[in-house]
Amino acid sequence: MDAFLGQVFTGLSVGSVLILIALGLTFTFGQMNVINMAHGEFIMAGAYTAFVLQDLIGTDTSLVVALPVAFVIAGTLGLLLELVLVRRLYGRPLDTLLVTWGVSLMLQQLARDIFGAPNVQVRAPGWLGGSLHLAGATLSYSRIFIIGLVVVSVVGIWVFLTRLPQGARMRAVMQNRQLASCSGLKTHSIDRLTFFIGSGLAGIAGVALTLLGSTGPTLGTNYIVDAFLVVVVGGLGQLRGAVIAAVALGLLNAFVEFSTEASIARVAVFVAIVAFLQFRPQGLFVMKSRALT
Amino acid sequence: MLSVQNLDVAYGPTQILFDVSMEVPANELFCVMGRNGVGKTTLLNAIMGVLRPTGGRVFFEGRDLGKMHPYQRVKAGLAYVPQTRGSFPQLTVLESLKVVVDASDRGDRDAMEDAIELFPRLRKLLGRKAGLLSGGEAAQLAIARALVTKPRLLILDEPTEGIQPSIILEIEDAIANLNSSTGMSILLVEQYMEFALRLAGKHIVLDAGEVVSSGATADLDDARMRELLLL
Repeated sequence: MDAFLGQVFTGLSVGSVLILIALGLTFTFGQMNVINMAHGEFIMAGAYTAFVLQDLIGTDTSLVVALPVAFVIAGTLGLLLELVLVRRLYGRPLDTLLVTWGVSLMLQQLARDIFGAPNVQVRAPGWLGGSLHLAGATLSYSRIFIIGLVVVSVVGIWVFLTRLPQGARMRAVMQNRQLASCSGLKTHSIDRLTFFIGSGLAGIAGVALTLLGSTGPTLGTNYIVDAFLVVVVGGLGQLRGAVIAAVALGLLNAFVEFSTEASIARVAVFVAIVAFLQFRPQGLFVMKSRALT
Repeated sequence: MLSVQNLDVAYGPTQILFDVSMEVPANELFCVMGRNGVGKTTLLNAIMGVLRPTGGRVFFEGRDLGKMHPYQRVKAGLAYVPQTRGSFPQLTVLESLKVVVDASDRGDRDAMEDAIELFPRLRKLLGRKAGLLSGGEAAQLAIARALVTKPRLLILDEPTEGIQPSIILEIEDAIANLNSSTGMSILLVEQYMEFALRLAGKHIVLDAGEVVSSGATADLDDARMRELLLL
């Protein structure tokens, strides 16, 4: 029982970080059909932000300060990517894929040049040091913090999308870009906002990941494949789809890994996803409409 | 008000429109007629900036619309109701109207209230997802969504196509009303001849991408008209 609870908890915390990463991807992929391979490096940028800040202002406050700072830094990187490259390649998904992959490699090399190739360690603040003992299982405060952080972020995004005019504009463009443009919505600036927010969420995820392990130039690549899986399984542009798929993927991974080993777990997860997509190739959720197109 | 001059439009190597010119005067209800596939929708898409013409120019109130994006043309005073009457399927009727009003400099609460006033059927549906509306309801929402930007020229692409007769009448009344009471210019693409003849003051008829007839609708010879419009 306690081992079971422990695995649920581990799965939830990894899954919740995946939510943050996948939300950004599902926005850019769902709205703009852009496969952004550099999304993982925005995670890395967030993690290194936490690393730099801990030396500057000390570990007690650095984590909390790093969250908004990483959001802005990663968001700005995403904005620049959109402004300089992606914008010129709309409607050419394969070209975008190659270009953003190139950017991804360049950002990794940049991180190596600045911080060195070996991984660095971000120390958790003292107040996240302990753990909670519940029904025999040990739940570390840092993982509880991550789950709480993700819940707050997801609720924030939900409120933004459903309650604010900018959010409504984003949804409108995501659902019918041409109609949005013909109705007077400035699709270009909405695209930039989407890129900023999506990339910023990856930055927050990066800060959260520093609590789970060490930070290195390839941090992002470890998570980007899983994040794309979440997007495909959850359905494009779907908030609740991404949430459910990310948690399911995190739990599945944790349990299979617990009962076998890491590489078998990967295989099992991929098999499960392939099987799932046979039945629901459109993902968990699709935009419902009576229209044929 | 809207001046289309020598417009050529092609999809890749296939040319659709050949040297199309027309003048839509202010406060006029202007009709573009023609059989299926003669390029009526292509003409509207080019006017709206969805398609780039390969030649010719489009002026609105003296401004060259040139390479403006569709949303810039909306800002300039155009509004477009496409034939597909596409919607934002996951947005409710109210959200669909609000999102367009919020993005517009001219639109406001009153414009929204006026649009709903024009199509009372929508008032009961404000909380429903736009993707779940029936064809007639979706057509009314599409026109309402265009109206909340307070356009000076409303462009409608076959607003009555495939809609039950009772709603056709409602839409027809609404369009006639808009033109006569507010003086809004309307550019209408229509195959339903009686509807067009009843409403329109001026017209052009397209055939195979070329203008084959233009002028005042009252002068139209019925026999000539049937020859152009019927198969």
